[in-house]
Amino acid sequence: MLKLPVYLDNNATTPMDPRVLETMIPYFTEHFGNAASRNHPFGWEAEEAVDYAREQVAALIGADPKEIIFTSGATEGDNLAIKGVYEMYASKGNHIITATTEHKAVLDTCKHIEKLGGEVTYLEVKEDGLIDLAELEAAIRPTTILVAIMYANNEIGVVQPIKEIAAIAKKHGVLFFSDAVQAVGKIPVDVIKDGIDLMAFTAHKMYGPKGIGALYVRRKNPRVKVTAQMDGGGHERGMRSGTLNVPGIVGFGKACEIAKKEMAEDASRLSKLRDKLENALLQIEESYVNGNREHRLPHVANISFKHVEGEGLLMGFNKNIALSSGSACTSASLEPSYVLKALGLGDDLAHSSLRFGLGRFTTEEQIDYTIEQITNTVLKLRDMSPLWEMYKEGIDLNSIEWAHH
Amino acid sequence: MAYSEKVIDHYSNPKNVGTLDKGSKSVGTGLVGAPECGDVMRLQIQVDDSTGVITDAKFKTFGCGSAIASSSLATEWLKGKTVDQAMAIDNMDLVEELNLPPVKIHCSVLAEDAIKAAINDYRVKNGLEELVFEEKGVH
Repeated sequence: MLKLPVYLDNNATTPMDPRVLETMIPYFTEHFGNAASRNHPFGWEAEEAVDYAREQVAALIGADPKEIIFTSGATEGDNLAIKGVYEMYASKGNHIITATTEHKAVLDTCKHIEKLGGEVTYLEVKEDGLIDLAELEAAIRPTTILVAIMYANNEIGVVQPIKEIAAIAKKHGVLFFSDAVQAVGKIPVDVIKDGIDLMAFTAHKMYGPKGIGALYVRRKNPRVKVTAQMDGGGHERGMRSGTLNVPGIVGFGKACEIAKKEMAEDASRLSKLRDKLENALLQIEESYVNGNREHRLPHVANISFKHVEGEGLLMGFNKNIALSSGSACTSASLEPSYVLKALGLGDDLAHSSLRFGLGRFTTEEQIDYTIEQITNTVLKLRDMSPLWEMYKEGIDLNSIEWAHH
Repeated sequence: MAYSEKVIDHYSNPKNVGTLDKGSKSVGTGLVGAPECGDVMRLQIQVDDSTGVITDAKFKTFGCGSAIASSSLATEWLKGKTVDQAMAIDNMDLVEELNLPPVKIHCSVLAEDAIKAAINDYRVKNGLEELVFEEKGVH
């Protein structure tokens, strides 16, 4: 039996794996100790659990456990990496390079840096959502201290050429930070092979709990340091003060262990389901995939249905299927997705997009149901769309003088 | 954000979706909004020339559920009204009837604009002067 509603918004957050929850529970009650309490068994137990989880987290990304700094999540990781490097390396320079399709936690942190007097270059992306490596290299100046490029995009799922970016940064003696929230636990990420110096990721996008994440900070070749953004007890090698969230960390560790073991199988199953969904929806006239289809996360699809508005489309099934749209009719600005606009999509196509994020618990039955519901709703709304009627009559919509408001 | 039951009802069972002959002298057509803004409404009225009564109204809308509901409700209200009465339809009446939240008020403004544009189109076709309406300025 198909259980409704269907959840296809796994880029926003994932459900917690029951195995993760099970591992966490004792650390709320029996083993409640403070990992920083050095003088009694309660503290020792907590510390031991944290050490073990740190190893599990590090193992997933090919890091040394000492290189894992626990944070409250990736927003904090992004802030700590960018602001921390900016402060720590102030004597070397003040210029940061990032891209226009980054998450707001990176973009807004960069804007903050600009207010502090720093300089930031925002690279445009190509039509397929990938950055141009030549442009990246050309943007590097003697004062550049950091390149901040995400591993995989949250809206379209495209995977940036990480190794190549890292090589360019290294060649010029610039640090490379990657927000890898959408990639870690979904595709193989290895900080050594990839050449990443700093990397933020979070548990709740990989079937772990909310409120716990990590920043990877390289210790060798080169040894990287970030200035702490919170003052306090000097936890996490002085880079992030605050009592450790022991149950969260234990859950994060377990989630990483499961991901390491099951990632390949999940990815191959989900890419088949994603392709089935995508190919079926592309059967609908005038529907388009947004972003590079080859260099892409296996479980993500972003599709625009021309002449149908995204929010209106969601309304047709959002009681039964949880999805996101690149349209933002509810926001005060009425601006559609800045990521889709950065690909060069017109506002009309950006308004017409849906983002699908499949996950570990997505079934084929749910995908079949989704295909049917979305197809029906698109066809119904096109019958109601004046733009579709004009398009069918061969009227060039660009020739019409619209009353912009 | 949850939609009101009335919005859901109009979205699920829209009233008067369709197209009237825009070339006819007794049909007024209003096309408002822009694809870039995520809202385009086309509202049409069929007017009985002798009585000035709107005998039929149709719409097609590209937009969110509230935009669809606003135009669907507008066509329901237009039918049977005279052109003069139709001019008095205020967007806030639509807001009230559909329980639109503040972020969706622009949908009702668009519907009011569509009504007025349709009336003006009808007037111009019939040798009457175009009316100048006050800007709502909510967009």
